[in-house]
Amino acid sequence: MRFKVGFAWMLGVCAAFTVSTPSALAYTAFVTNEKDNTVSVIDTEKLEVINTFKVGHRPRGIILSKDAKWLIICASDDNLIQVYDARTHKFIRSLPSGPDPELLILHPSGNPLYVANEDDNLVTVVDIEQGKILTDIPVGVEPEGMGMSPDGKVLVNTSETTNMAHFISTETHKTFDNVLVDSRPRVAIFNKAGTQLWVSSEIGGTVTVINPADRKVIGKVSFKIPGINKEAIQPVGVRITKDGKKAFVALGPANRVAIVNTETFEVEKYLLVGQRVWQLGFTPDGKLLFTTNGTSNDVSVIDVEREKVIKSIRTGRYPWGVAVAPF
Amino acid sequence: MAITIAANKTSAAPSQRMIRWGLALAVLVAAFWLTGSTRSIAEDAAGAGKETVASKKDMLTIPLILAREKRDKPLPLSLLDLPPDDDGIAGAKLGIKDNNTTGQFMNQKFILDVVEDSDPDNLIKEVVAKVDGGAHFILTDVAPETLLKLADTIGGKEALLINYGAADDSLREENCRPHVMHTAPTRAMLADALAQYLVWKKWRRWFLVLGPNEDDKLFANDLRRAAKRFGAKIVEERVFKYETGNRRADGGFEQIQQQIPTFTQDAPDYDVLVVADEGNLFGDYLPYRTWDPRPVAGTAGLIATSWHPAIEAWGGTQFQNRFKRLVNRNMRPLDYNAWMAARIIGEAATRKNSGEFADLAPFIKSPEFTLSAFKGVRLTLRDWNGQLRQPVPIFSPKLLVSVSPQPGFLHQFTELDTLGVDKPETKCKAYTQ
Repeated sequence: MRFKVGFAWMLGVCAAFTVSTPSALAYTAFVTNEKDNTVSVIDTEKLEVINTFKVGHRPRGIILSKDAKWLIICASDDNLIQVYDARTHKFIRSLPSGPDPELLILHPSGNPLYVANEDDNLVTVVDIEQGKILTDIPVGVEPEGMGMSPDGKVLVNTSETTNMAHFISTETHKTFDNVLVDSRPRVAIFNKAGTQLWVSSEIGGTVTVINPADRKVIGKVSFKIPGINKEAIQPVGVRITKDGKKAFVALGPANRVAIVNTETFEVEKYLLVGQRVWQLGFTPDGKLLFTTNGTSNDVSVIDVEREKVIKSIRTGRYPWGVAVAPF
Repeated sequence: MAITIAANKTSAAPSQRMIRWGLALAVLVAAFWLTGSTRSIAEDAAGAGKETVASKKDMLTIPLILAREKRDKPLPLSLLDLPPDDDGIAGAKLGIKDNNTTGQFMNQKFILDVVEDSDPDNLIKEVVAKVDGGAHFILTDVAPETLLKLADTIGGKEALLINYGAADDSLREENCRPHVMHTAPTRAMLADALAQYLVWKKWRRWFLVLGPNEDDKLFANDLRRAAKRFGAKIVEERVFKYETGNRRADGGFEQIQQQIPTFTQDAPDYDVLVVADEGNLFGDYLPYRTWDPRPVAGTAGLIATSWHPAIEAWGGTQFQNRFKRLVNRNMRPLDYNAWMAARIIGEAATRKNSGEFADLAPFIKSPEFTLSAFKGVRLTLRDWNGQLRQPVPIFSPKLLVSVSPQPGFLHQFTELDTLGVDKPETKCKAYTQ
């Protein structure tokens, strides 16, 4: 949804040139390197790092503003959100947050910003134009995952030690429902139609699928990989394809990304990627998926249609989050 | 003496609801301090915070008893190792606080009721009275014999004991009880974790030095067992005999500098000195003073333990921060073990949406029960003796060095069961009954 700008144009280009390789379009992927305090900038056509720039301490969650002009980064150890120019990589400003911000999400209108503050049991709502905190929403212990319904009405936050998905109204800033999921929920994401909410449980080893309309659990995805012990299967990042048919789930130290059918909730395929794979990001055309592999210091690039890993790209140390810009 | 803890929340810009809660809490805390009361928070609330508590009428209160036997132990060598008064209790407090953050969404409120006594019989009496008064869940930090006596005294009552203090394998083996769980790793688990790392490092020839105390002998036994299991060899064994003197004497290092080299002289070739000194009464004299230049592991130098204030992996940073904000000191292994014990009850109460013994106790013992405890994997209870299965990290004095089980030590069910006494070897018969 945040890649709307330019997407139609991209499709046009695609059609005009009838490209044969999935990476023919140059977008720009940004990867936060948690250990290095840097962001690696990757050209998605050449599939190589074209720049690395310094940011605040312990960068983790990263997103683009709606107009794709700003890169918005959680500098966790600085207890700040930092804004960089997405094209020039110059620092623009800081935004306030609570302590230890980890993941963030924008309202579909482009403002405000919702930030999970892992250290304070709060979700902070920040006006990014005015640079001020609008309010804090109390949630469970160690808030982390942030999902936004496509209509912008419902924010979902997951709390890692409380093990819940908290449903929050973006109008009243109040939680109106809490759904218990398996241990240590990390990521929450809606499908494009808004009919499914996927919540990954890192320690529980499952992904819970919830119907946002009535908050009932409609499915649970389990994983089984021969030769990998079950404790090592730790789902974190989840991304759902534009057509809503498939979900990609990063499985942490199992070093795999699972491809899950969103109707049957069965795993169709496991792709071997780098080590401790956590977060995922599609290119705006949905053709490539980038995975951040923390302990092998690289990102893997997945060809979504062929369901194959096509390249590993070396980044800084402990790559954490990824966002891809439509330019 | 009894201490009662309630949920506490802070916020940079609190909502009205939070302010109300904050006020309620302030009133409660004030009431508690003024009266020095030993009553539960629920009773306090009835008198002191009528208005706010009325809105939460349907809050279910789940009391946790923490039983601690005060024991007279010699102080460890280092000023850095002196145990705080609330060692363990502070961890249980954080567990209660975490349970209550979740509890606000479940309408559950957990309270901690601490019972301390140096006389085991009195302690047992007090705990039994609490159980008869309706409490079901008891966290214990008591001597092994006290734990057995307590377990047998309350056997048949609706009570579940979680031992977070005693590492004795016997409590999980020949002396196991069906209503006793254990979050503290056993000596065998610690010894196995360390042994796997030393063997992975190819330091297979060990010089074992043990103290004269019973606990030291038990740990030395487990080190011998671990050496045999994982392919190390104890090439020399010596007992370090000492008189427990004053911990601190002006100077003192001059003599140690002379004594330790000679004590470790003339050993056959060895790779690592392994020390069993559970009280930390002499082990820390060994590093850098051995006759041969060799690393030291065991209870000093490189150690295996359930927690360390330097853990930052697996989301540990936030956990450490929460603890420090609560009690203004570092989290120690005993605090961590107690936190896990309190969280076991909290987790079960959340999952079952109940505080009933009949709902929680069987669930905790079932294979469905798992606990997330900042170790990177889910923790479960061994269904043959009630021991919490857990990875055991290895530390140098300041940093995490590794986590056992080590790669390559395989197991048909779970690698975590390469640590400690495994199902086929267990002497525990009572647990499954």
